Order: sequence, then C-alpha cells, then structure tokens
Amino acid sequence: MELINNTSIDINEIPQLDYNTFCDFLLKIKNSTFRCVNYFAHKDDSKIILFAFIASDIKPTIEVACCYVDEGSKLHSLSKDLPSINVFEREIEEQFNIKFEHSPWNKPLRFPFDRKNKEISISDYPFFKIENHELHQVGVGPIHAGIIEPGHFRFICNGEKVIHLEIQLGYQHRGIENLMISNNSPVYRNKLAEIISGDTVVGHTLAHSYIIEALTNTKSALNLELERSIALELERIAMHTFGLSALSTDVAYQFGCVALQDLRTIIINTFMTWCGNRFAHKLIEPAFSKYPITNEIKDTIRKNLQEFKPRFEEVTNVLFNMPSVLNRFESIGIVTEIQAKEMQFVGMTARTCGLERDVRKSNPFAYYNELCPEIVVLNHGDVKARAKIRQLEIFESIEYIYKLLELHKTETFKKPTNSSLKPNQIALSLTEGWRGEVCHTAITDEQGNCIRYKVKDPSLHNWMALALSVRNNDISDFPICNKSFDLSYCGFDL
Amino acid sequence: MFEHLKAFIHHGKRYIPDPTKAVLPNIHTGKPVITSQNCEINCTKCVEICPSQAIELNPISIQLHKCVFCLECQHTCSVNKIQFTNELQISSNSIEKLRIKEGNNNPITFDTDKIRKEVVQKIGRALRLRLVSAGSCNGCELELGASGNVNFDMGRYGIEFLASPRHCDGLVITGPITENNFDSVRLTYDAIPEPKIVILVGSCATGGGLFTQSPALRRQILSELKPDLYIPGCPIHPLTFINGILDFLKAAK
Repeated sequence: MELINNTSIDINEIPQLDYNTFCDFLLKIKNSTFRCVNYFAHKDDSKIILFAFIASDIKPTIEVACCYVDEGSKLHSLSKDLPSINVFEREIEEQFNIKFEHSPWNKPLRFPFDRKNKEISISDYPFFKIENHELHQVGVGPIHAGIIEPGHFRFICNGEKVIHLEIQLGYQHRGIENLMISNNSPVYRNKLAEIISGDTVVGHTLAHSYIIEALTNTKSALNLELERSIALELERIAMHTFGLSALSTDVAYQFGCVALQDLRTIIINTFMTWCGNRFAHKLIEPAFSKYPITNEIKDTIRKNLQEFKPRFEEVTNVLFNMPSVLNRFESIGIVTEIQAKEMQFVGMTARTCGLERDVRKSNPFAYYNELCPEIVVLNHGDVKARAKIRQLEIFESIEYIYKLLELHKTETFKKPTNSSLKPNQIALSLTEGWRGEVCHTAITDEQGNCIRYKVKDPSLHNWMALALSVRNNDISDFPICNKSFDLSYCGFDL
Repeated sequence: MFEHLKAFIHHGKRYIPDPTKAVLPNIHTGKPVITSQNCEINCTKCVEICPSQAIELNPISIQLHKCVFCLECQHTCSVNKIQFTNELQISSNSIEKLRIKEGNNNPITFDTDKIRKEVVQKIGRALRLRLVSAGSCNGCELELGASGNVNFDMGRYGIEFLASPRHCDGLVITGPITENNFDSVRLTYDAIPEPKIVILVGSCATGGGLFTQSPALRRQILSELKPDLYIPGCPIHPLTFINGILDFLKAAK
C-alpha cells in the first residue's frame, strides 16, 4: 500500500502482514535509497499494531504496512541487520508489552511517564562499560555549562582520545504525544506543535497542519503554501546562522560569533514584523493564516535579506578562510557515507555525507512542488562540511525566497469551517525542517477522535551521528562536534 | 586582514542604546488589556478557546503567568474585550500582581513586602545566574542566550549566566519541570550559596503553560523553592527578561 506525503488513508486498507513478512518489508531499507520514516506501535484493545512507513529518496510515494501482534509477544529484533531500526524498536519495547529478542542494544530510550517498567528511573540507565584499567570514563551532564537543554554524555576515553560515546536522553520528556490525543481543542494542538521543539517551530507546526488538513479534507490555497515555504526557509536561515555563530564561539573566534548573532537577529526580527513573534509562533495553522503577507511585509523581508546577505557573505568568507578556524573544523568529527546510509541519518548530516536526502525534493510539500531550491550536497562529513553546508543552504534559501516573493500575490485566507476529523484514518506528514526530516503521524477511530499521535524529530536518528563522529577524536573536540550537529533534546524526548 | 577589517567596519554598532526605554513593534504580543466593554450575554468563548486555562470569568481576568500569548482569545472575541499590547514589562514577584483585571490598565508592579530581606541586603549591582532547563523547548534558552548577545547585551548591567552554581546568586528555571529532570533542579538549587533567588522564565515555568495536565511533570517543588520572580512569555523576549530583572533589582532596593 502506498500513500503520498501529507495525505491520509483508510486504516483498514493497510495490508496486515505477519511478523516475518513485515520484517521482509522493513528489510527493503537495506537498499540505501529507501529509509524508514516512522515505525511505531499502537495499542488496539487486546492487540498491538506495528505500523511502518518506508519512503524513498527518489520517488514521492511512501509505502506502509502493519502487523498485528499479541501483547507479551516475543519478536525477533531487526536491529542487527538494520541498525537504523534500533531506535524505533527501543521506543516500542519501552512503552508496550513486546520484547524484541536478540537485540544488540535494547536499552530504554527516554524513560517516558507511561513506560512499561516503572521500577527503573532515568538515573538507572545501563551504560556500556569496558573493563580495562587503562581506560577511564568521563560523564557530562545532564546539566551543562551553557544555556542549553539537559542530556547526559558518557565517554570512554583512552587518555585524551574518545573510544566510545553513549548519549542518554529523556530529561526533557513532557508527554507531548499523550497531550496531543488527550486534548481535542485544535488551538491547543497547534500551540503544542509549536513547542515540540522551539527552534523548529515552522517545521513542526507545518507537519501538524498537514496532518489536520489531510484528516479534515481541506486544502490550503497555493499562495498560503508559498508563504509557508518562505517561513520555512527563513527559519532555516535563522537557525543555520545561529549554528555558525555557535561554532565560531566554540573555536574562540569572537568576531564571527558576535557578527553572526547580530545577523540572526535581523532574520528573526523579520518574523516579529510578520507575525509578532521572533520564532514564528502563531504563524502556521491548518489551511489558514491570520498573518497573510502584505506588500509591507514583502518589503520588510526583501529589505532585511538585502541587509543580511552581503554582510553574511563577508563574515562567513572571512570565517572559512581563517587558518585558525579551519584547523579546528577540518577532518574533525567525521561521519562516513557508509555510516550515514546504515544509520539512516537525515537532513544536513546526510547531505554532508554525499546523500541527496531532502524531503523538499523527494516528497514535496508546501510550494516545493512548483519550485524547489537547489539541494546542496557535500562529501566530507566533517565539522567543516556541516558548517559549510549551512552557509551554502543559506545562500540557496535567500535566492529561493526572492523568487517566491516575485511569485507571491497578496491574498487573505478564509478560515476553514470543517474541523471534524475523518474516522478510521491514518495520516502521515513529512516536512524538511532546518535540521532535517520532521515526521508526524496520526490515527483516528470510528468516531473521528485522534487516538494516536506520533512525532518524530530528525534528532531521533541524528544523535547517533554525534556519537559516531567523536570516536577517535580528542575529547576536547566534543563541544564543536556537538554544535556542528546542533540537535534537539526536547524533540527527541517529546 | 583587510577583509576582516572590512567586515568589522560593516558590522558597526549593533547594541540597543537603552533596553529600559526600547519599544517593540506594535505587533509584539505583550501585556493584555481587558476593556470595560460589555461582553455578549452568556459568552464564554475566550475561556473555552484558551489553551492554557489562563482566563477566568465574572469578572473577566487573565492570569498572565498561565498565558501562552497565542492571541486566540483576542481573535475569538466579538466585542474586542481583550486586547494585547506591545508592553514588554510583564514580570512580577507575585502571581496576584500578574492577574490582569477588567478596566485596569496600570503597569504590572512588584509586591515589595514579599521581597525577602536577606535578598535585599545581599544583592549588589551584579547578578550571576545559573540556568536549568527542565522540559523547555529551547525557545526560552535561545532568547536567554540572545539577552547576552551584541544587540541586547545584558552584561552591561552585570547580569550574566555562569556555568558553576557555586558562583551564582540565583537559579533560573525554564520549562514546566519534568519528572526526569527534577533532580537537576534540586541539585543546582542546593549548590547555589545562600541567600539565593529563584527566577521562573517562560510560560511553561511560571504557570505550567500547556503542560498543566501532563503526568510527566513534578512541579510540586515550586512550593518549596518559593520563586522570587516570574517572567512570562512564550518564548520570553530578551527585552522582557532584561527589564524583568532590572525592575526586580530596583524593587528590591
């Protein structure tokens, strides 16, 4: 069974496979142009249903299959064959009465409040150990030395060299998925989608809006889709600039840090004049916008980008030509193409490893159907590549926004009247936030109530990229590796 | 080197000369005003639409520490009873002072009696803070980071975030305080030397925001910590944060 991005299908039409055939279905992602965009469980009366969605980097259809298993089932784990499936299996095993046997890494994922095993708490996480008196462990977090979110990093080092890093998250767990189904108010849900990850507001609210649009059978006006694309690209520019600023801080390049912070302010203040919030809260909602782009806002966006671009170009050109900066960026924290394929990394991380993986191109949404920016792909997979891709993507986004502004026609939108959800549906939405692929999935019951809401932030896949990248690097390079990925803690913990 | 100098010159001066006098664009969502306009009979639309149960009726009032500034109440009201202004000073040390009442358009003030004596005596000009994020979405963290950046530069007032709680005067909490990060809040609070202040930043921290019904939280600790300052916002604007702290310091003097 296939579906297109941002649509829904009848849940009964999904082929019900037995677990062995279901495994064969998942094994398709061994071919590296396929990836599993979501794999989760849902409890239905006495049965547990496993849903899996497989998308492709080269075609727009997403394949879906499901598998009914009994509670308390012992299933054969696929983690050995498909390491990228491991996070999904850990998530399912943590929340449902299912055991994945022979898994090489069946540890708790985020210690949610509705976990099956309440006897262990977040302080009991079983860390990987190497018994050797020449090695030592370094623990960092959950409280960090900066103004950032909590997470624990456990290094095993040989002297200064990192042998292994294990990342434990879950500290930010707020129960987002549960709140999404326990409160039926569309306003509440939309607002909640904004704070799934507060730095990817547009990415997540857009995915949520498409879910609601698919389930209520409404369609956005083309002009609204165009405005959404502008918002998404502005968010990309703002957060990429922030990333470059933070990378400058971590290599003690003061001017880069200061100048890029200021440049980011220009972009987020553009959101402020557009919708009254620097992070684009209130801007995106299903099939409607309270803040349509007027000619004045168009002028502000143009003016701000014209101010931003030459200065950004100047500062980043200096940055990427400074020997002291390059010395810290080049060949540090390498993620290989093989790792990226095997672990199914998404977004910027995948695109710096030579994979052309971008939802804007493969499963177009918003205005990307009509017009898509050039997808930047780099090959080195190191800190420098992840810094450089930010610069190049910003240039692409600016050009793209200029083109969209040319095409834009001022229009006010009508608020959709239908807010009741279609019964017995499953809807899937993929969007490309600045970090990578955001995936939302929702299931409705016979009465049209949302009974399962699943959120997947790109960080779910990409935290592993950080763990792999620091191996055989000096531990002093960890901060810069971490910042080069700039992953979300709360997006992972939900 | 010339390229570097050129970039430096083009960067120019970027700081806001006086954050206490800065005005945000009209579209910014700051302090709401509840007009004396008559409501439609038996209308409860604003209460129903509010995602964070911040509005109470008879007479109508908004509890600003619970508000998430989504403007839905303003949009849904047919008589323009509730209007959000761009007023950015929305901090107080008392939840009661953060209640916006009908027809009252006075600035939000501090309850000076509630400010603890030892805090008044101890706080000099500088203030060093330690942040613990307990379920925040990274929005408030980004804005707290921006408060110290080249534009807002709160360092000019001696306000700064430090890494070690031992060197700090106070704890800043963002997020609704999750069960899983409860220990961090506790440990950091205990590690800060007395007398210490506790500042709640952002709607999630001040009133639970959208998470009041979440079973994954452990907010009971707040009754023990006795917060000294509430700074609501979703996320807070850097100017709201800086002015909130400065007003608090002024009130404590």
